Amino acid sequence: MAARSQMALSLGFHIIFSCIGMVMPFFMAVSHFMYLKTNNPVYRNVTKAWSKGVAIFFATGAVSGTVLSFELGLLWPTFMKHAGPIFGMPFSLEGTAFFIEAIALGFFLYGWGRFNKWFHWFTGVVVGISGLASGILVVAANAWMNSPSGFTLVNGKYTNIDPIKAMFNPAWFSQALHMSVAAFAATGFAVAGVHALMILRKRNVDFHMRSFRIAAIFGVVAAILQPLSGDISAKMVAKRQPAKLAAMEAHFKTEPYSPLIIGGIPDVKNKKVDYVLELPGMLSFMVYDDFKTPVKGLDQIPLADQPPIAVTHYAFQLMVGLGMAMMALGVIYLIALAKKKSWFTKEWFLKLFIAATPLGFIAVEAGWTVTEVGRQPWIIQGVMRTKDAVTPMPGIGYSFYLFTAVYFTLSIAVIFLLYRQIKMVPVLYNNAEPQTH
Amino acid sequence: MMIYVVMGFLWLALLLYLVMGGADFGAGIIELFTSNANKSRTRRIMYNAIGPIWEANHMWLIIAIVILFVGFPVIYTTMSTYLHIPLVIMLMGIIARGTALTFRNYDAVTDNMQRVYNKIFVYSSFITPLFLGIIAGSAVSGRIDTGATDFLSAYVYSWLNLFSVAIGFFTVALCGFLAAIYLIGEANDEAETKSFIRKARFMNIAAVVAGGLVFIASVTEQIPLVEWVFGSIIGVLAVSAASISLIVMWYLIVKGKRFIIRVLAGFQMTMILLTTTYKHYPNIVILKNGGYLSLIADRGADKAIEGLGIALLIGSLFILPALGYLIYSFQRKDKGDLAEH
Repeated sequence: MAARSQMALSLGFHIIFSCIGMVMPFFMAVSHFMYLKTNNPVYRNVTKAWSKGVAIFFATGAVSGTVLSFELGLLWPTFMKHAGPIFGMPFSLEGTAFFIEAIALGFFLYGWGRFNKWFHWFTGVVVGISGLASGILVVAANAWMNSPSGFTLVNGKYTNIDPIKAMFNPAWFSQALHMSVAAFAATGFAVAGVHALMILRKRNVDFHMRSFRIAAIFGVVAAILQPLSGDISAKMVAKRQPAKLAAMEAHFKTEPYSPLIIGGIPDVKNKKVDYVLELPGMLSFMVYDDFKTPVKGLDQIPLADQPPIAVTHYAFQLMVGLGMAMMALGVIYLIALAKKKSWFTKEWFLKLFIAATPLGFIAVEAGWTVTEVGRQPWIIQGVMRTKDAVTPMPGIGYSFYLFTAVYFTLSIAVIFLLYRQIKMVPVLYNNAEPQTH
Repeated sequence: MMIYVVMGFLWLALLLYLVMGGADFGAGIIELFTSNANKSRTRRIMYNAIGPIWEANHMWLIIAIVILFVGFPVIYTTMSTYLHIPLVIMLMGIIARGTALTFRNYDAVTDNMQRVYNKIFVYSSFITPLFLGIIAGSAVSGRIDTGATDFLSAYVYSWLNLFSVAIGFFTVALCGFLAAIYLIGEANDEAETKSFIRKARFMNIAAVVAGGLVFIASVTEQIPLVEWVFGSIIGVLAVSAASISLIVMWYLIVKGKRFIIRVLAGFQMTMILLTTTYKHYPNIVILKNGGYLSLIADRGADKAIEGLGIALLIGSLFILPALGYLIYSFQRKDKGDLAEH
């Protein structure tokens, strides 16, 4: 349990840092492009300010990633002994992508005025692309745990290993798509929210408005596309991991016209859900594109193979709810962009975006909880149980406390650092526009 | 066949991590041993020198780890089980160091927090290579006891012994030495050059002393180190080549050469790694029961090795030229506007 908590904590932390680290370079590249095209120094300042954010997040993402590559073995030696060679392919390629990202970042951060400006811009784009590539590769490795393939299990021996097939396991595409879009939505809304706050406070309005618009459009487009990728993912989960889908939906009974439920408190003992809104047939429709086909419920899954239902269900509801909220906000943004330019300076409009700052990341964490908790009790779906994979070393609890303390401190430190960065914007970049306060 | 490609990359990743990551750690170690009056200047020179490439320097460790867990899962999991504690300490060092370095360079406000970052940075620069060395030493010290039943012999005595600790200090000294040699070439004036030469001399002596300790410890711990190092013609040649190049290097330092001394320092590291790995190749972990974990016998499935080898070959096509160009670009003395960052 302590090992799982430690892994959850490390990943939960890493996921935020790497999302920002892989998405912000794209914002940066856009504003950099605008600068090169328009020569407006505000865009240069936005680019530089963002690039510092990228550097901070990349560095913390890199160290937390290094830690994870060790933790896999420190906490789950039995898992890694068998799984390492099978699902190692995406990790080997990820190492490369990550390395390239580090090199490109070196060029970009230190390259102002040293290289051809388009080469310099290109290195910034490479940071984003290689970051995105490593994100996709790591998710492909995780997808393998959900839909293991590329090997045959004979008498407890893993034979006939095919790392390429393992990498392109059936779930890799749906999961990678869902995660990448989520990263864009979450980071877009988070960055936009921070800039919205600054606009509301009338600090360097021009600077923050331009930043806000670049970040928001990424977030908005991603949020509106996300339900599509969510649908693809749900169908995949239904096919490969019926127990997970049943837990997500707290779907106890297998019957025709399976209902989609909204909200509710699962009562595991009596196998029912209280205070719930049921949409009959909708779950069947979502999974099978037909209202009648029954969706496998928890009653057909042995108790020993069921994930924790309440956690999975709440996390899933939370993720979907937040996703919907972000999508709605996205629509409002598009209306503003197309028809109501005046909304951009309205207080209610900015306040909505400020309120939405953390939503994307809460949704990312919730979604990740769904996929990980929903896979339990398996570490490799249907192949290896989590409890059989854990390290034999006693006292892992202490290690968990240590890592908790470290990550907690680190998060505080990063927030503190970003706060100081944002606070200093008027001082660092005041050559671009007159002080507004 | 692919197994040799993979092994080659593993060795190369270790070497480059020792040389580049080592110089990087060493910069912090040097700062630890610099008087307060000169600290901020040393720090500035150091940061200008390593800033653009420091992230890349530490990627070698990730590459080495990925090679181990994909290609040699038994070796990876044995080490991560029995050397859990030093690995966790090393990870703490890596986290602390990476974040402290980033924070002190990107904190927009300059105040007392800088002193906190600096403290964390220099101490973690010392502790991380110390434990890296301890882990490397433990791998060959024959103290990993897979049959142990009690906590202490399984998870503590596996690494807490004179030999491993001596290797830890030897690693620290090597890092400091590499950084000092590197920084000689980055110095801006006579006084700075002199100061870095002094540091290089100090670190060189420290490395010799720590190396001596390693040999003494190997005798008391009954580890046949002398046999490993001098038991083969390659070992003897490598040690001689390293010693000769050391003498040549000091002569060139006095002569004021900047570039060639770096090459020679890198050459010495290559020789050290060669001697320490050559004799028990292909074994990389020696167990208490006299058994070995071997890169040949304990390799993963052939398909996995093949995929890994291809991934490494393709990856190196991208990484090596880009990294080379990065280093080259920031080697040139006309260092644009680095102070800005």
